Amino acid sequence: MAIDEKQNKILLQGNEAIVAGALAAGCNFFAGYPITPASEISELLSVKLPEFGGTFIQMEDEIASIGAILGASLAGAKAMTATSGPGFSLMQENLGYGCIAEVPCVIVNVMRGGPSTGLPTSVSQGDVQMARWGTHGDHPIIVMAVSSVADCFSITVKAFNLSEKYRIPVIILSDEVVAHTRESVVLPEEDSIRVFDRVKPDVPPEWYKPYADNNRGVPDMANFGDGYRHHVTGLVHDENGYPTQNGKEVDAFLRRIHGKISKGFNEIQVTKTYLMEDADVCVIAYGSVARSALRAVRDARANGVKAGLVQLITLFPFPRKTVDAYLRQCRAAVVPEMNMGQIVREVSRVNQTDCRIVKHNRIDGHLITPDEILKHLTTV
Amino acid sequence: MLERAEIVREKYLRHDKKFPHVWCPGCGNGIAMGAILRAIHTMGLSKNEVVMASGIGCSGRMPTYVDFNTIHTTHGRALTFSTGIKLANPDLTVLTVMGDGDATAIGGNHFIHAARRNLDLTAIIINNSIYGMTGGQYSPTTPFGSISTTSVYGHVEHAFSIAELAATAGASFVARSTVYHATHLEDMLKLAIAKKGFSVMEVISNCHVQYGKKNKLGGAVEMLNSYKDNAVKVEKAAKMTPEELEGKITIGVLADVDKPVSTEVYRRVVEEARVKAEIITKEKEKNGVKRYEE
Repeated sequence: MAIDEKQNKILLQGNEAIVAGALAAGCNFFAGYPITPASEISELLSVKLPEFGGTFIQMEDEIASIGAILGASLAGAKAMTATSGPGFSLMQENLGYGCIAEVPCVIVNVMRGGPSTGLPTSVSQGDVQMARWGTHGDHPIIVMAVSSVADCFSITVKAFNLSEKYRIPVIILSDEVVAHTRESVVLPEEDSIRVFDRVKPDVPPEWYKPYADNNRGVPDMANFGDGYRHHVTGLVHDENGYPTQNGKEVDAFLRRIHGKISKGFNEIQVTKTYLMEDADVCVIAYGSVARSALRAVRDARANGVKAGLVQLITLFPFPRKTVDAYLRQCRAAVVPEMNMGQIVREVSRVNQTDCRIVKHNRIDGHLITPDEILKHLTTV
Repeated sequence: MLERAEIVREKYLRHDKKFPHVWCPGCGNGIAMGAILRAIHTMGLSKNEVVMASGIGCSGRMPTYVDFNTIHTTHGRALTFSTGIKLANPDLTVLTVMGDGDATAIGGNHFIHAARRNLDLTAIIINNSIYGMTGGQYSPTTPFGSISTTSVYGHVEHAFSIAELAATAGASFVARSTVYHATHLEDMLKLAIAKKGFSVMEVISNCHVQYGKKNKLGGAVEMLNSYKDNAVKVEKAAKMTPEELEGKITIGVLADVDKPVSTEVYRRVVEEARVKAEIITKEKEKNGVKRYEE
C-alpha cells in the first residue's frame, strides 16, 4: 500500500480496502479459510487485527469460519469472514442460523467463476441469487455489491452498520476484478465515519426478553457475559428465545424478522445514478460491470444517445422503487451481467411498463467491456 | 446431598422455560446434566460467566433448560461457535455439549481441529452409540454388528473410540465416565472444566429406546447396570490384557498434558502487536496518516 502523504491518497486493491473499511467500522474479529481471490483479506487482517486488539483465526473450513464469527458476535465482537464461491456454498447452513438467531455479521464473497471449483480465479457474478436464496427456508438477508476500491471501503462500513442495526448477516458481493484492481483513493477522515453499534438492553436482566418485538422490529441485543443470560437457538423461538411450535408465535416471529428489513428499506437500499436526469435508455449494472457501463454510457452520450447508468449497490432487498421509477422513464434498459442473467430476473419482475429489458451475459471469465454495452445502447 | 440437589435445581434450571423436557423417561442426558450443574455449583462459577453451547440431537436440547448464557447451534458446529465465543470473550467458561453423531460424524472435523488448536474449552460428549432423536440410525460409535434402523442386518463398520481420538488429536485433557457413575462423572467434569486447554469429557450414556431395545440390552436399569458391571478404572485397566479389557469401559482420566493454550498465547501476540502498532501510529500521526491506512 503506497501512500502519497501530501494528498492523503493511497493506492489500494479492493481486498485491502475491505480490510480498511472493516477496521474503520470497528471489526475486531475475523475467522476465515484460504481461498483465491479472497485470501488477501485474511492475510491482511491476521496482521492488522492484533494491532487493534482484535482477533484473527484461520479455521478448518468455511463452515467453521462462519460458526466462529457467529459465536464471536454473540459474545460482543464485530465479526467478519471472507470467501469465494466454493466457500460461500459451505457457509449457507450457518448463514441461515445468523438470520434466524439474528446475529450481526458481515460475509464477503469475492465472486469467481462457477459452478463448483469452476474458474479459479476468473471474474464472475454467478453467486447473486445464491446470496439471496442460498440458505434454506424463507429468510431475510441484505446483499450489497461493490464496484470500486472506494466502494469496498464505504460499503464495508455500511454493511457493518446495517448488520448491527438490523441484527442480520450482511453479504458483500465483490468480484475478482474489484478485489485485485489497484486504485488510488482518498479514504474519509476517521472522525467523519459514522459507526453504528447494536442496541443493548437497558432493562434489569430479569425483565429482558431477548427476542421481543419493538417499534423497529429489532430486539435489543445483550452479549454473552453481559449478565443478561438468555438462550439462542436455530429453532423458531418465542420472545424469550425458547423453541416454539405454536402457530401464532411462529407466524409472528417469522413476520417480524422479514418485517424489520421492510421497515428499514429506505435506509438499506443504496443505488447510484449517473447521467439519468434526461436519459431515455439506461444500463442497470452492479459490481465491476458498472465500471464498464459508466464508460459505455459516456461513449453513448458522445454518439448522441441519451444514456444513463443505474448502479445497484444493494442487490437485496431489491431496490424496486428506484428501479421502477427509471424503467418508467426509459424506453429500454440494458442489464449486463457476468452470469446467465440473475439480476435481470429482478428487473423484469418489477418492470410494470413497456420498457424493453435487454440482457447481456458474458460467462467466459472475462470482464464485460464498455464496447459490448455500447453496442446495445446505440441499437436499442 | 438432597439439600444440594435442591439448591442445584432451584438455582440452575430455567423456571420460565416451558417444561417438560424432550428426553425419554430413563434417558442418561438428565444424569449428565445434573452432574454438569453440580460440578459448576461446587466449583463456584458465576452463572453469568458460563456459556453452554450444543449442537443438534437429544443432547442439543440441554442448554435450553439451564440458566447460563446458552446457545443451541447447528448440527456438528457447536465447537466452531464456542471457538468464536471464547476468543471474543476469554473470561467466559465455555462448555460444549454434543452427542456422538454430532461431535464425531458431522462435527468430526471441527472436533479434531478444536483438540489440535487447544483453546481453553470443555467438550462434553454424551455417547449413546446411536442417533436417538432421528429414530435410531447407526452413528460413528455404534459397535460392529449392532442393530440400528439403518443396519438391520448388523452394523458392518467399526466404531470410533472418542476419548482415544481426542487424545491423539491433541486434547490437553481427556476423561471418560458413565451415567451410572454419577459422582465419578461429576469429579471428572470438575477436572475437565478446571483444566486450561481443550478438555474432552466422554460420557457413556444409555439410549434404551433406540439402541438398547433393538440390541436386546434391556431398559434403562439394565443398561445402567451393565455400565456398573463393565466399568474399569483406568489404573486397573493399565494392568489388564487386551483380552481381559474386551467389552469393558475404561473410566477415569485418560490423558492430562500441559501445553501452551492458544487462547492465552494469542493474548500475548495481541499485546505485543498493539505495543508495536502504538509506536508506529505515533510516528504516523505526526505525518497526518490515519491508522487503518496501512
